[in-house]
Amino acid sequence: MRQIIQYIESYLDPNVKVTPGAAGNMFWVLVYILLVFGGLSVAVIAMNWLERKILAHMQVRLGPMRVGPHGLMQPIADALKLLLKEDIMPAEADGLIFWIAPFVVVLAAFTVFVVVPFGPTHAITDMNIGILFMLGVSSLSVLGIVMAGWASNSHYPLIGALRSSAQMVSYEVAMGLAVVSAVLMTSLNAQGTGTLSMIGIVQAQQAQGEWFIFKFFPLGLIAFFIFAVAMVAETNRAPFDLAEAESELTAGFHTEYSGFRWSLFFLAEYSAMIAVSSIAVTLWLGGWLRPFPNMLSGHIWDQVFSLFPGVTFLLFAAMCFYNTVRMPKHPLFRVQTIGLAGFGVVLGLIGLILFIPAVSTRIQDIFWFSAKVAGFMYLYIWYRGTFPRYRFDQLMRMGWKVLLPMGLGVLILTASVALLQEKLWHP
Amino acid sequence: MAPVATPFFFYLLSGIMLIGGILVITRKNPVHSALALIVTLLAQASIYLMLYAPFVAGVQIILYAGGIMVLFLFVIMLVSIDRSMKERQFNSQWVVGIVAATALGGLFIAVYTKGKDIFPEHALPMVENDNTQQIATMLYGQYMFAFEIASLLLLVAIIGAVVMAKKRI
Repeated sequence: MRQIIQYIESYLDPNVKVTPGAAGNMFWVLVYILLVFGGLSVAVIAMNWLERKILAHMQVRLGPMRVGPHGLMQPIADALKLLLKEDIMPAEADGLIFWIAPFVVVLAAFTVFVVVPFGPTHAITDMNIGILFMLGVSSLSVLGIVMAGWASNSHYPLIGALRSSAQMVSYEVAMGLAVVSAVLMTSLNAQGTGTLSMIGIVQAQQAQGEWFIFKFFPLGLIAFFIFAVAMVAETNRAPFDLAEAESELTAGFHTEYSGFRWSLFFLAEYSAMIAVSSIAVTLWLGGWLRPFPNMLSGHIWDQVFSLFPGVTFLLFAAMCFYNTVRMPKHPLFRVQTIGLAGFGVVLGLIGLILFIPAVSTRIQDIFWFSAKVAGFMYLYIWYRGTFPRYRFDQLMRMGWKVLLPMGLGVLILTASVALLQEKLWHP
Repeated sequence: MAPVATPFFFYLLSGIMLIGGILVITRKNPVHSALALIVTLLAQASIYLMLYAPFVAGVQIILYAGGIMVLFLFVIMLVSIDRSMKERQFNSQWVVGIVAATALGGLFIAVYTKGKDIFPEHALPMVENDNTQQIATMLYGQYMFAFEIASLLLLVAIIGAVVMAKKRI
């Protein structure tokens, strides 16, 4: 018993400055896995509500308003509905593959979070091949989509799966080239060796005092742009959601799925979106680093920026209270009003806890990482509300004739500029 | 940290690979065969990981499991399954098969019995943490020429495929 406690406490030693995976402490690895996947599930639920609300407001509608105040309980109601729905399998479907496909997609989408760095020590583990692992495992999700489309033994799913696989394989190429040009930038140090590890990439940005999106302006920005376009295509989201184009293919590869299996596809789609966004944040936007580390440096600014997590939650709480006041004064709305006020109190308490210095210094990196990822999530919704869907030939032309040559050019230019810089300025 | 490369995992992964390989040739449905091949390739990637070669494992997953097998499935899905189920599965090339099997088996037995003279007794002191860097220095230093020739060959193959597939370019 004593040994177990010692084993658990050994990671809490302030001298241990590595991830639990690197320290080899299985207990904390388990805790981190549960935390990451719990947080991910909450994020998917929140994203479900936010997407409907934001999209609705962009289209001058109200969105879900009935279940709970401002539809806050809607995701829970939906989850219950999905679990209670009848699970249908088409008679002519290939049983085993139909059954496995959703699990493949979910596994691929969740496994990548093993290497996502929420902070220098806040990751499940750090791999020597971190970014390669993320790209590789997330590319396996296309297998699940193809399996789902084929096993349904129906035309719409098959066409959806074909489109999706062609699209994902094409955009992976441009995506890979953009990633390579960012990885190349990590090698601009005294030793001249780069790294593929996710934590190493952020530390390289910290050491060079520059996020890679601003490096060799505009080369970093162009690489980031290529990745930002390719990642939307990679996750099959609007305006590249041809695999599930409602007007043409009903629902694409998951037409024949219902109930729990369909919700697995849904879960996988949203966690894949979070995963690619965290790749973009790690590679170009400085991962867990706070904004303006050079311009606004010093002890006072560190203090100011450490207040941000708490202030954010207090703002959410204030929004809740503002809307509590604006709720209709009818007796039928009393429960909803009290519920909204209660939610505001909970958010405010979380905000107050985050002001405690011991908590705020530990939570800083996680907060900035999540805030940057949240920005990408908002962009996803914004795209969906703004852009019309591409036609399939336009999509392919964009991938192969625009993004791929651009990626190659950026890679060559980045390498040349890096060489020049090394030769001219630091002979 | 305790090493992960224990015999248990080696036998587990080899078992998965063998079962997958047998399923690839015995399944009648080509999609099932392709999926069994994917399982085999993933188990192979894990064996690379056990050999402390994470880069090769990652590349194996990206290229084979995520890239090439998707294209395989892409083509197979367009084939009529009903017709391919009726086709003869084995082409009864007994003589060639037996010759190949004996040659391979002989090779395995030879390596197993004489292996001590051929291979070094201990594992080479490769550091896992700069596996990728070491591969890079080797590929772009010592084996630069071979690497460039191989990429040129691939380029020729790509151009050839485009020329053959398209009538007008």
